[in-house]
Amino acid sequence: MAFELSPETLSYIEKVIPRYPQKRSAIMMILHAIQKEKGYLSLEAQKWVAEKLELPPIQVREVVTFYPFYREHPIGKRHIRVCRTLSCALNGSYKICDQFKKEFDTELDDISPDGRVTVEFAECLASCGTAPVAMVDDKLYENLNEEQVEAICEQIKKETPAIDPAQAES
Amino acid sequence: MDSVKKSTEIHPDERRIILKYADQPDYDISIDCYMRNGGYDVLKKAVAERKPEELCQEVMDSQVRGRGGAGFPAGMKWKFLDRKSGKPIYLICNADESEPGTFKDRQIIHKDPHQLIEGMMLTAFATGTAQAFIYIREEMPLGAEILEAAIEEARANNFLGDNILGSGYSCDLVVHRGAAAYICGEETGLIESLEGKRAYPRIKPPYFPAALGLYMCPTIVNNVETLCNVKHIVEMSGKEYAKIGKPGNTGTRIWCLSGMVKNPGYYELENGQFTYGDLIYKIGGGLRDGRALQAVIPGGSSSKVWRSGERFVGKLRDGTEFDWGIEDVPLDFDGPMAAGSMSGSGGVVVIDDSVDIVEVLANINAFYAHESCGQCTPCREGSLWMKKVTTRMANGGAREEDADLLASIGDQIAGRTVCAHGEACAWPTQSFIAKFRDKFIDKAKQDPEEAKSRSFRMV
Ligand SMILES: Cc1cc2nc3c(=O)[nH]c(=O)nc-3n(C[C@H](O)[C@H](O)[C@H](O)COP(=O)(O)O)c2cc1C
Ligand code: SF4
Ligand code: FES
Repeated sequence: MAFELSPETLSYIEKVIPRYPQKRSAIMMILHAIQKEKGYLSLEAQKWVAEKLELPPIQVREVVTFYPFYREHPIGKRHIRVCRTLSCALNGSYKICDQFKKEFDTELDDISPDGRVTVEFAECLASCGTAPVAMVDDKLYENLNEEQVEAICEQIKKETPAIDPAQAES
Repeated sequence: MDSVKKSTEIHPDERRIILKYADQPDYDISIDCYMRNGGYDVLKKAVAERKPEELCQEVMDSQVRGRGGAGFPAGMKWKFLDRKSGKPIYLICNADESEPGTFKDRQIIHKDPHQLIEGMMLTAFATGTAQAFIYIREEMPLGAEILEAAIEEARANNFLGDNILGSGYSCDLVVHRGAAAYICGEETGLIESLEGKRAYPRIKPPYFPAALGLYMCPTIVNNVETLCNVKHIVEMSGKEYAKIGKPGNTGTRIWCLSGMVKNPGYYELENGQFTYGDLIYKIGGGLRDGRALQAVIPGGSSSKVWRSGERFVGKLRDGTEFDWGIEDVPLDFDGPMAAGSMSGSGGVVVIDDSVDIVEVLANINAFYAHESCGQCTPCREGSLWMKKVTTRMANGGAREEDADLLASIGDQIAGRTVCAHGEACAWPTQSFIAKFRDKFIDKAKQDPEEAKSRSFRMV
């Protein structure tokens, strides 16, 4: 199947390229837009970006593989990132992370069996004054405690339908 | 758009210049609100009545030092711009804010974005910038959205874009998002990233941004807080600004207090008028009940650690002798420097006696090992070794010789790398071993099972 993007993403890409004095600079913003739509950056997506910017595909892939945020494989429907760095760790972020994993019966960096989430550690999220913190997709949650994590997980379960495990196998 | 919670408690000792409006309950991020409070008046006046060279001189007179980490005087940096080459000049705002312990730029971006834009457009006008960028870390998606919307408002009012306010000067401003790599905070790594490449820092010399920066053109990179200061410098004049704080340490700074204190948070304080003791005990409410101080990291996690009870003895540049404990160190640029560390990014992390100091270093080392860009062998391999050794120690495998091993790895990194990440990853290990040697040696005596089964972990 040919690689296709939504009209919104396409028009965003057309808008973002001319913002830069050199086209190559637009790589990161384009990758953000595609990852947002598709959930990850497939090799087809990367080749598409290379063609769009008239670059050798390796110049796109070297960017994708360097930056921790870009991924070449799908993750769960919701992305949970718990800060593991110093101020958060001093305030119990490792426990917070364990709780997220337990709530979704999953391991770090894996897709949970219900397909709902991927739990990851993040490095300092620049909110150390309200440690411990975590992001769920684009939203930051501060001063986390056990009850709050429970509430966040409940809300995720309510908002995000689980996938059928049989389907997940295939 | 989501709104950001305001902090309701402003400490009476604060002198809020940059954060003057940020936390006022009725202040919002719209351009109307900003202009109701005098916003963009400084820019209007500057483009109509002042020459760019005059503005550069104001910044020089102000003696303002960079708020991103190195504390380099901004006026001097601008002066280094290579104007002979005839190439376009670029301005980049460093909004990567990723040094652990730092969360001040976040407040400005989320609560007063137009102040940053006005500071940037004044800087752009003063330096003759052809195009300006804000490089914001990926983990602030709301911040990026707020900035883009604010830029559109400013463009609609002709504060940026073509022929700004009829002055004949044109400059656009573009938001660029990172992708969760700390090394993009290093200015030459940032530039490579903005060029659409891996963020491999460039070697200085010859790649000083002021001469060979973005697209090999002269480029200014300044931190968010630094650029906001420009607005206030132009408004009150450089000489007036220089009266705030202390000579060579002018203005206010937004200190970020975190870790194990009662009132963590950001506090904007006049430079040189307070001490680390004031910040931790008076303003920050001190340690939690029943806890004693173990260590302080004075300026972001890469700055050298201080151990509770240690004394700093020496002579200041002006000849005055000092004999300080941690609580006496002046809260400015020069104070922590005299005490063998640095104010860095202004991130003060307080560590009490309830945690294992080996584990604290293990946590820090995991960060720097994760963030090395991998170009230089000493940094790439060394940061990983330090992480592996300290993680093993924390998990019950400590050996008596580990302290020496760690120190020797650190010593083989610092000074041998392309960028200052080499120092950033070596300084924690070097200073933790120097200051807490006994605890690192004692760690070998701990029962491995006890270490393995500990309930509180940081690695
Ligand atoms: C490893 C490393 C990470 C850095 N991270 C940041 C950062 O996140 N934000 C920042 O403003 N400066 C950071 N800096 C400092 C920048 O390289 C640069 O000195 C600064 O942006 C200049 O702005 P200023 O003069 O206004 O401080 C970092 C430096 C190094 C070596
Ligand atoms: S010192 Fe480290 S981060 Fe800096 S260029 Fe070398 S490997 Fe990369
Ligand atoms: S350490 Fe978690 S936000 Fe900084």
